[in-house]
Amino acid sequence: MTVAQDQPSALNFECETGNYHTFCPISCVAWLYQKIEDSFFLVIGTKTCGYFLQNAMGVMIFAEPRYAMAELEEGDISAKLNDYEELKRLCLQIKRDRNPSVIVWIGTCTTEIIKMDLEGLAPRLEAEIGIPIVTARANGLDYAFTQGEDTVLASMAHKCPTKAPKLEAEKKERNAVSSLLNFGRKKEDVTQQESEYKDHQPLVLFGSLPDPVVTNLTLELKKQGVKVSGWLPSKRFTELPVIEEGYYVAGVNPFLSRTATTLMRRRKTKLIGAPFPIGPDGTRAWIEKICSVLNIEPQGLEEREAKIWEGLEDYLQLIRGKSVFFMGDNLLEVSLARFLIRCGMTCQEIGIPYMDKRYQKAELELLEKTCKEMGVPIPTIVEKPDNYNQIQRIYAQKPDLVITGMAHANPLEARGINTKWSVEFTFAQIHGFTNARDILELATRPMRRNNNLKELGWEKLVKEEAKI
Amino acid sequence: MKLAYWMYAGPAHIGTLRIASSFKNVHAIMHAPLGDDYFNVMRSMLERERNFTPVTASIVDRNVLARGSQEKVVDNITRKDQEESPDLIVLTPTCTSSILQEDLQNFVSRASMDTKGDVMLADVNHYRYNELQAADRTLHQVVKYYLEKARKQEQLPTGKTEKPSVNIIGISTLGFHNQHDCTELKRLMAELGIEVNEVIPDGASVHNLRNLPRAWFNLVPYRELGMMTAEYLEAEFAMPYVDITPMGVVETARCIRKIQQVINHQGAEVDYEDYINNQTLYVSQAAWFSRSIDCQNLTGKKAVVFGDNTHAVAMTKILAREMGIQVVLAGTYCKYDSDWFREQVSEYCDEVLISEDNGEIGDAIARHEPSAIFGTQMERHVGKRLDIPCGVIAAPIHIQNFPIGYKPFMGYEGTNQIADLVYNSFTLGMEDHLLEIFGGHDTKEVITKGISADSDLNWDKEAKVELGKIPGFVRGKVKRNTEKFARDRNLSEITLEVMYAAKESVGA
Repeated sequence: MTVAQDQPSALNFECETGNYHTFCPISCVAWLYQKIEDSFFLVIGTKTCGYFLQNAMGVMIFAEPRYAMAELEEGDISAKLNDYEELKRLCLQIKRDRNPSVIVWIGTCTTEIIKMDLEGLAPRLEAEIGIPIVTARANGLDYAFTQGEDTVLASMAHKCPTKAPKLEAEKKERNAVSSLLNFGRKKEDVTQQESEYKDHQPLVLFGSLPDPVVTNLTLELKKQGVKVSGWLPSKRFTELPVIEEGYYVAGVNPFLSRTATTLMRRRKTKLIGAPFPIGPDGTRAWIEKICSVLNIEPQGLEEREAKIWEGLEDYLQLIRGKSVFFMGDNLLEVSLARFLIRCGMTCQEIGIPYMDKRYQKAELELLEKTCKEMGVPIPTIVEKPDNYNQIQRIYAQKPDLVITGMAHANPLEARGINTKWSVEFTFAQIHGFTNARDILELATRPMRRNNNLKELGWEKLVKEEAKI
Repeated sequence: MKLAYWMYAGPAHIGTLRIASSFKNVHAIMHAPLGDDYFNVMRSMLERERNFTPVTASIVDRNVLARGSQEKVVDNITRKDQEESPDLIVLTPTCTSSILQEDLQNFVSRASMDTKGDVMLADVNHYRYNELQAADRTLHQVVKYYLEKARKQEQLPTGKTEKPSVNIIGISTLGFHNQHDCTELKRLMAELGIEVNEVIPDGASVHNLRNLPRAWFNLVPYRELGMMTAEYLEAEFAMPYVDITPMGVVETARCIRKIQQVINHQGAEVDYEDYINNQTLYVSQAAWFSRSIDCQNLTGKKAVVFGDNTHAVAMTKILAREMGIQVVLAGTYCKYDSDWFREQVSEYCDEVLISEDNGEIGDAIARHEPSAIFGTQMERHVGKRLDIPCGVIAAPIHIQNFPIGYKPFMGYEGTNQIADLVYNSFTLGMEDHLLEIFGGHDTKEVITKGISADSDLNWDKEAKVELGKIPGFVRGKVKRNTEKFARDRNLSEITLEVMYAAKESVGA
């Protein structure tokens, strides 16, 4: 203890200029429209927004996506056209062509600046056309990348039913996850299964994850006797979970602070502040925390975690003792750094767009604890980083791996610095025990590539230009 | 408001950034919210650029919204000036800053007092111009700025180069096969005995812009980018320009003859006829290809062409005039320059389509059922859904359209590349049909020919199965005729009976 006090033992937070590269938060449309199958996302913005989505979503754009731009024209900006009438016209067209169960309006920078009252227009139009409208201000003035999902889920939290329906049949339909898990079983079996769950306050999880990951995490909790009453979001808008006052909620992703706040303040739920289920260490801590809040003694988690680590050994050999630098763009950075440090890496810097110290409290504590246990220095957390400064630090520190956006990846590679493109962590399946391999598959890819190519001696592929 | 799923040309600032980042040692600072620097990702990924894209953002956030940018933009400009010593910093407005109406020109003037490099504000209105127009304007603006500056400082070189020389104007970053075209054009000029004076903007230094007037003439290979600059140079320095895109055998010859005329007018005594003849008959394979029996098989096949003005016009002419292919529809998304397009293609195609709406183009393709499409990546995907092969000839493009191998579209090597592209598209289509005729892999679902989601007709199960049995290459036609038949008679359900009735009535 005394020794530890001589070194900086607490996390060090810094804040830079905010000149960094990240995706616009409207990109959340790309994964949310696929997650919520009966939704339609309407991004109300300009050509700039459309161009970004079209390029960022790549081939998805050609698959008749359930998203479109409401492209603002000069008449909209100067208020020559009536916002309500224009939106009504487009929403009716969407209703006719696609018949969605919900239309999500994504407000952008432009709607903010011209102060288009989307929240005010939505209820009126909703009543007129008969389709629920959810409004989310996912704009680049206020948010970065994954925070877009946060704004959408926070709005959606308001649309969750307040009271559990009385009828058993309806309840089953409403509860997508449990009916999925009970699929094909007789009713007696289902009742018998219900008894496998411990008696606890209802728990709703929030955060959009691919369905296989949802099933996986739900089963993981089921092993502990924890019943997941629902997920925000569900596969369909019509299956949004019931949220009553006093329910417990837990987040699965580190960027969901607004959603957490909304669930606590507006829906009167109790938030279980836990580290996030990323990496086997995170997953175990997440389950343990949920169990402890629900007064359940967790069973066999230690063995489960150890078993997973055992299976990772081939990957761990590649990264043990290596250093990693997070430039920061998707808010997964703290959880990923904590996991990679547990894997035996050292971390020099954790860049992050926005740090909610309250929502991420448990994760930050686990990071600190992990550093101490692994005997490595505690990294600096740089909020709103400055990419130019970061690149100077990267040149100086020469990390073995830089986790960064695509704008910097190729130029860094050309200078002999290994990179992993950060956005892949957003789209890959990285949650739970089972997916730990996937994270390392991504993180070790440049190392494995290097092993394959190391004989060639082609590391630096740019000519040094004399600086004036 | 407009419901849009896809756009062909990007927003204005993309055009400005393409010009700024094409020049050497020019830095662009966007006045934009977080996330608008997506251009850097595109350049880094599509062009596999080894260097950092010289574009940063001066972030517009809540504070800026409340109090204005104040010192922020000026600080960002002077900071970049110190960090990287660029020759020029281009402050780039975006859609967001257009509405904020901050006095960016004032920021530029203030910043330029403290910077070693030059600073300018890109003069493009987001709501008036698209990517292509903005690029054209920005290039003109930069050229004009440096020529006027040189004139003021009396550093403008006088006189022409000793030998005939040319400026190649319009080669830029993220342009469709621009790098390869540039190499091919330089090679062509070398073979014609013409020196390349300057290539702009790609890889050019702003310090060299003052040398532009030393060239005997300007060559503007792309209709979309460089015309304003060429016209400016003609007006200011009486420099003639050649704006015939040397794409395809006939057009390349026309371009060379025009060059010959322009330089002979200035005292050169050149005759390129032998060169043209030799290249056409023996070096380029394209002329021989159009005589060969392969190409004979293409005679009268139907094609649809869609793209930017330059490429759609050139392809239409090549297909119709050099290969005997029937272009049933030629179209462009360059609405602002549509008169020129019509004038160029009208005698080579059956129908002209000017539109920025991909749904409209998709529907037109479905209606015409061509044997091949030559378009952008969007048309390629339409082709995939309709089972029609597509050769990509214009932006918007994906990473596979930035090939590492040498693939120019211009000059004599370009004619070879285009011949391959056309031929491969058609044979693939024919092989596919042969497979279907002989029942090769006819397990697919019935394809929907309409692109928009407004098909109001229901095919019952039996009719669907029946439709599935019809060979792929006529299936679309049968489906369309049946649906037309049903619609004319106000039938909403298509049964076997309706199908047979339709067949009997229109011979589908």
